Amino acid sequence: MAVPLEPRAFRRPPWLIWVASGFVLLWLFVAAFPFAWTVWGSFKIQADFFSRETWWNAIFGVNTLRVTGSAFTTDGYYGAWVATGFWRSALNTAIVALFVTTVSLTVGTLGGYALARSTYRYRFVILIAALFFRAMPDITIVSGYLLPFFQLNLWGHLPTAIIVLVALNQPFTLWMMYSFFQGIPRDLDESALVDGCTRFQAFRLAIVPVMWPGVITTGLFSFLLAYNDFTVTGLVLSERNQTMVPKIASYLGSIQNEGNVMFAVAAVVSIMIPIFLLVMFFQRYLVSGLTAGAVKG
Amino acid sequence: MPHKTFFQFMAPSLFAMFLFILLPIVSIVVQSLYIEHPAVIRVTETCQPLAPCTTETTVDAAATAALREAQPLGQFNGLGTYLDRNHLAFAEVAEVFREASGPRDVMTGLYNLPLYRALAFTFTYTFLVTPLAMILGFVIALAVNTVPRLLKGPVIFMSLVPMVITPLVGALILYWMLNTDGILGAALQSLTGDPDLSMRASPALTWVFLILYGTWTNAPFSFIVFYAGLQAVPKDTVEAAMIDGASRVERIRHVVLPSIKPLILFVLLVQLMDNFRVFEPIISFNAGASATSLSYLIYSSLNTQTTQLFGSAAATSVITIGFIAVLIVPVLLRVARELSVAR
Repeated sequence: MAVPLEPRAFRRPPWLIWVASGFVLLWLFVAAFPFAWTVWGSFKIQADFFSRETWWNAIFGVNTLRVTGSAFTTDGYYGAWVATGFWRSALNTAIVALFVTTVSLTVGTLGGYALARSTYRYRFVILIAALFFRAMPDITIVSGYLLPFFQLNLWGHLPTAIIVLVALNQPFTLWMMYSFFQGIPRDLDESALVDGCTRFQAFRLAIVPVMWPGVITTGLFSFLLAYNDFTVTGLVLSERNQTMVPKIASYLGSIQNEGNVMFAVAAVVSIMIPIFLLVMFFQRYLVSGLTAGAVKG
Repeated sequence: MPHKTFFQFMAPSLFAMFLFILLPIVSIVVQSLYIEHPAVIRVTETCQPLAPCTTETTVDAAATAALREAQPLGQFNGLGTYLDRNHLAFAEVAEVFREASGPRDVMTGLYNLPLYRALAFTFTYTFLVTPLAMILGFVIALAVNTVPRLLKGPVIFMSLVPMVITPLVGALILYWMLNTDGILGAALQSLTGDPDLSMRASPALTWVFLILYGTWTNAPFSFIVFYAGLQAVPKDTVEAAMIDGASRVERIRHVVLPSIKPLILFVLLVQLMDNFRVFEPIISFNAGASATSLSYLIYSSLNTQTTQLFGSAAATSVITIGFIAVLIVPVLLRVARELSVAR
């Protein structure tokens, strides 16, 4: 294996490497441990995971063994997914996230492209307005919807939540796609224009084939926004149409007192899994999205 | 690009933002000027022979419902909602200042008013979590830049998870550990030897844990952005500084930090926006009694058992947007200027 040739002065002293490695390992532990602990604990009963005696119970599952006959139990998962209908919420989340992602990408890609190719001043007005919209907490806007939605009988349905999330997602999508299209040379679509294409044909033939890295990155953040949302889905959806996050919040209010907090733990682990997979498979796109100098989701 | 083509491409996006962002802003301004109809009270007088007449007041539920149905917005209240005890409460604030015998009294007095209570936490959270997370993120970035390559992949993977995790869920898993029957809460009790130390009993501890959560979930963003920035620091300049005898700390201060300054501004802006809207962790930590934020106030006006307080929620929303305009717009314009200069 070739050793990279670095000037002697660039080499770090060994003590520094040890200190830095120790710190990095410590951070790795701090970042990962809460997840590992919760996943492990979700297979225990409440008396173990929330043990008042000793946290060794949560590791060995003393009470779980006594009650269920095994150190691991899937009671929490059964209670959440089957008994309290978490599957329906999962389905709703899938629908909402899928539609929000596709619609906001379609709309935002067109808009971002126009912003990147326009040379007039008003595009700055739109971009700055978008940034200000992005700065406002979602809930301030949601509080403006509720009364009109009740009056128009729009409240409670999935499509309502989807449209609202698409709109709230627009400022971010516009900025991401705008900065991505800025990086694509103008010659590419302008030569298509010279060849007699209309703007839309130029977009379709010259830009669409090369825009997928930017679309995937932006799409991931749009997906996360819809998947993670609590403000909109918690206030706009009826109980039957609840997505996973408000469903988990509803466990906290009622079931915690009944001793079934393990349903919430199981639901929390379930909602974490797709996020883990997403980070695992799309790590590179996520990092490039964050560092593109665009606005975080 | 000609105007017509531009607006054809922008139309769906502009339409969505107009309908679902701009109109709701108008809607909250209007709503904030109205207040829910009070219940219709009916007074009935019953007179029986040989006894004094008695009057009975009852709430006429049917009439109340009909009135609310006919005018869902409620009745016009002008700036009344803004001035009431739950919002700006100028009268109460003046009274606090009049009666207070010292700055401590003023603080306690103000802290009893819901909006000022929420402002106290929102500001503390924003102005502690933002620098803490940025510093931690920068230190992690420096450390990862120093360690063997082998560690980098896992660190970036594991750092992304606390950042992209659902905020409500991320806060919840920390809350379960920090609670008295969780591993960290119990450990804290046995370390301090105080069996009564708990989030429920101590609002201060709740604040500390919420800020810890904020730092945990926000530091990765700074880390990832700054780490990418470190890769782009010009090697020649670092080398030149080294030849001039600059120490490691001096090199970071005078070479690395200036070269990632645009990134620092960008992260600062995003973090201010995100931290100022702090909301979900308060729900997860069940902390409404000891820590509230502006977003949480709006949520609790809307998420009521009986009548939703649209007027109250709208007034708090307008006040919140006002604070954002004052706080964030200066940073935002600064970033915008940098962007337009860079391009």
